[in-house]
Amino acid sequence: MKVLNLIYIIAASLFFNGIIIRTKSIFSGRMGPGIFQPLKDIWRLFRKGAVYSQTSSFIFQIAPTIYFASVLMAVFVIPFGGQPGLISFKGDFVFFAYVLALGKFFMIISALDTGSSFEGMGASREALYSMLVEPAFFILIGSFALLTGHTSFYEIFSSLHFGSYISYRIGVLAAFVLVIIAMIENSRMPVDDPKTHLELTMIHEVMILDNSGFDLGLILYTSSLKFAMYGAIIANLFLTPGNEWYYSIPIFIGIQIFFAVLIGTIESFMARFRMNHNPEFIFALTTASLLIFLGVLLILGKII
Amino acid sequence: MSLSVYVLILSILFIILVAVVKERWKGVIALLALLFNTGISSYVAVDALRGKLFEEIFYGGYIFGEIPVRVDALSAWFILLTNFTTLTAILYGRSYLKHYKNQSSNLFIHFASYILVHFSMIGIYCVQNMLAFLCVWELMAISSFLLVIFEHNKIDILRAGINYLIQSHIGIVFLTLGFIWVSSYMGSYDFNAIAQYSASVAPAVSFILFMCFFIAFAIKAGFVPFHTWLPYAHPAAPAHISGMMSGIIIKLGIFGILRMILLIKGNYLAFGYVILVISIITGVYGVMLAIVQHNVKKLLAYHSVENIGIIGIGIGIGCIGLGLNNPYLSFAGFAGALLHTLNHSLFKSLLFYSAGTVYQATHTMNIEHLGGLIKKMPQTTILFLIAALAICGLPPFNGFISEFLIYSGLFNGINANGLSLTMMMLFSIFGLVLIGGLAMLCFTKAFGIIFLGTERHPYHTPIHEAEFSKLFPKYLVASMIIFIGIVPQLFIGVITRPLLLFTGEKSIHMEGVEFVSMFQTMSIVVGGFILLVGLIYLVRRLVVSKTVSIAPTWGCGYPSTSPKLQYTANSFVRSYRKLVKPLLMMNKKETEMKGVFPNEVHIATHPYDKLEAILIDVPIKHLKRFMGRFRFLQNGSPQFYILYGVVFIFIAIAIPFLIDLANYLVALIKQI
Repeated sequence: MKVLNLIYIIAASLFFNGIIIRTKSIFSGRMGPGIFQPLKDIWRLFRKGAVYSQTSSFIFQIAPTIYFASVLMAVFVIPFGGQPGLISFKGDFVFFAYVLALGKFFMIISALDTGSSFEGMGASREALYSMLVEPAFFILIGSFALLTGHTSFYEIFSSLHFGSYISYRIGVLAAFVLVIIAMIENSRMPVDDPKTHLELTMIHEVMILDNSGFDLGLILYTSSLKFAMYGAIIANLFLTPGNEWYYSIPIFIGIQIFFAVLIGTIESFMARFRMNHNPEFIFALTTASLLIFLGVLLILGKII
Repeated sequence: MSLSVYVLILSILFIILVAVVKERWKGVIALLALLFNTGISSYVAVDALRGKLFEEIFYGGYIFGEIPVRVDALSAWFILLTNFTTLTAILYGRSYLKHYKNQSSNLFIHFASYILVHFSMIGIYCVQNMLAFLCVWELMAISSFLLVIFEHNKIDILRAGINYLIQSHIGIVFLTLGFIWVSSYMGSYDFNAIAQYSASVAPAVSFILFMCFFIAFAIKAGFVPFHTWLPYAHPAAPAHISGMMSGIIIKLGIFGILRMILLIKGNYLAFGYVILVISIITGVYGVMLAIVQHNVKKLLAYHSVENIGIIGIGIGIGCIGLGLNNPYLSFAGFAGALLHTLNHSLFKSLLFYSAGTVYQATHTMNIEHLGGLIKKMPQTTILFLIAALAICGLPPFNGFISEFLIYSGLFNGINANGLSLTMMMLFSIFGLVLIGGLAMLCFTKAFGIIFLGTERHPYHTPIHEAEFSKLFPKYLVASMIIFIGIVPQLFIGVITRPLLLFTGEKSIHMEGVEFVSMFQTMSIVVGGFILLVGLIYLVRRLVVSKTVSIAPTWGCGYPSTSPKLQYTANSFVRSYRKLVKPLLMMNKKETEMKGVFPNEVHIATHPYDKLEAILIDVPIKHLKRFMGRFRFLQNGSPQFYILYGVVFIFIAIAIPFLIDLANYLVALIKQI
């Protein structure tokens, strides 16, 4: 049964990017491609040959594989309502964060492997931003660990709902933080513009300039998988354990679709920040996490 | 006769042997001596870890009194990790020093000090008599100083060595103070006197006593603000010595702190808070400075400061756990600290050995001048990469295991009673996460710029992969790193015995078993991850094999790219540097661009330690100015010096007389 979690998240990842693109096209008054167009693109890339830079080494070749495997491994940890993930142990969110960091480490050094100045620039930004965003995630999870008294994703999410209604409010705030984290981790709009045409202003896109064929397809798919993974974490905040599947699954699907539409909306109406404002924005996220922490302290009556 | 005496005599014999044999054999003799010493000490240590403690007491004459040599589980753990790194360091060092084979006397001093430093380290772990401890500690300080100044004909290296020597002696001053304090009250030099004394006094007094020892050991370990010797001494030493210093010599400080926690009875909560706060500052400050370094070895030295911070966080939460009577917290904290001590000794020595290999191939340690080594030295590259991943605490390597232990302690402690404690834990989590992220930034920079891309400067000599004798010890360390990462449960089993000294016997059934089972899951997960990577890579190999072509890197439309256009280490961390500008000190030298056809321009940045500037340089400047007023005393003529001696003796004799006089005057005034 635990495999089902994985299947839900992978299923969500298949149409996630499509919904974002569709939303954006509707807002800009275009017909736009179909929902499965990104998937078709990835499939096309999978069957294509590849061009490797003569500067690059084996690092460049294994990095996309490790990146994908790390995200997949992180997906294994995510529970689904009352159902623990494939892997569940105390402190599994530490593993979650660090295994994602491993994938990122390899993507950064693979960008440096090509010796291109643009890719180095992207790598530098990616390394900096992921460093800045990490505390927000850990403080968020720390607040939940404090609230529930548990230290694994499954236990936290399954005991989150026995509290008062205020825990749902905290859930909404947490969802907000998670959305922003997902946007930053995937290098989306307020921080990075995936549709930009100027290499100087890119982050993630410029790191993968030299990737092609199967590797590029893998990287693109990993990006949607990452989105679906964060969507699943957000959905978990609102999945009530003990509920039958005919409640949980629609909630899960609804939240994933809402998340995708939200990202599409944000991308349609927001402009990218100036690059030097990004660190401030990202670090401010930690403050939002601290707000959640204070909320938890209030609920538990530790202050007052 | 006792075992310790045998070891001492044989070590001296080996040192004499090193002196008399030819240059080629000096390394071999040193290796033999170390094999012998590590063999015996490991045998004793393994027994102690199994529960069979070793104890010898011999009479050291009227001054020393009885000198107990005890190996308990804590000493045993440190002996084992010391032995491993000492052995890999000598294996690597023997081939590293082949370049210097014409310097006979220098090699003799080096290898003799090497045997001595190992002997004295084992002594520090075992000897439990204060005076004897000071002796072995001093022996260690001097012999490691001799190891550092191997290339003593370079002024910078000599200066760094003397800096190290002075700072370690400041530590010895504090150590001596603490020992004098205890022994003057208890009349005994045995370490047990410390325990008895601290149990008999108020908690505040034992806290001050603990702080006295903490400062002494913190200087050795390199806690901020006592870290300033470290970034000079490590780059100055030859690579295997840097690896050993960073791997195990600074861990003597950690050992000392742990030993004092065991001995001194007091308010553990207060100890824990102090250690935790200092450690977080140490960790964050160390890695913050590491990022801006351009010298590979200096960068690694600052990372030692960072990792000492991580170990300290473990010790801090362990102490808080003791204070709160929370065995889970103390188990996780001390387990994390002990395991990270081993882990750091492994990956840091591997990093230094690899850096040494890079240095001998390219003759530079400046990151900006390197690049593209992955094609020329693939094995060194992979070894460096493994160590870099491990030091960032990424799974499936060993650094993750110990950081995970510390994290699980912190997340458990967040539920403890009391707002201040919860906030403290949150603050620590924040610090530890920041350390992890910054370490990643630092090592993507270091690895990426040193080994990847193309060469940023032309190398003057052709570059080859190092020979097998240099790679073999590195492979030993790397396999250990991966082994710990994949089967951590075994090592939790090994460290339970030393942990029980802290947490008490009953926690082996509760926390010990819980962590072992948690790490069994982790072991499966990590194995699964490696399999997954392998599987996906296999699929990729099958799919990609169709049409692969090699082309130049995509230059974004710019046709004539050159290696000079690559991203440099400085530019890689530029936005970070701008962000933390107020906390760092960057000395920048640049020439301005003038005219329509500008001349050649230069820019150079030299990072400097701001704390060092405030805490070391300014006081020394004032001290120098003050002392300068007495310079006339040192005029160089012996007659004057004899005069000073006579004056001193005269004053010494006159003091009681003067006191009597004062007393008489006081009495006189009273009469009036």
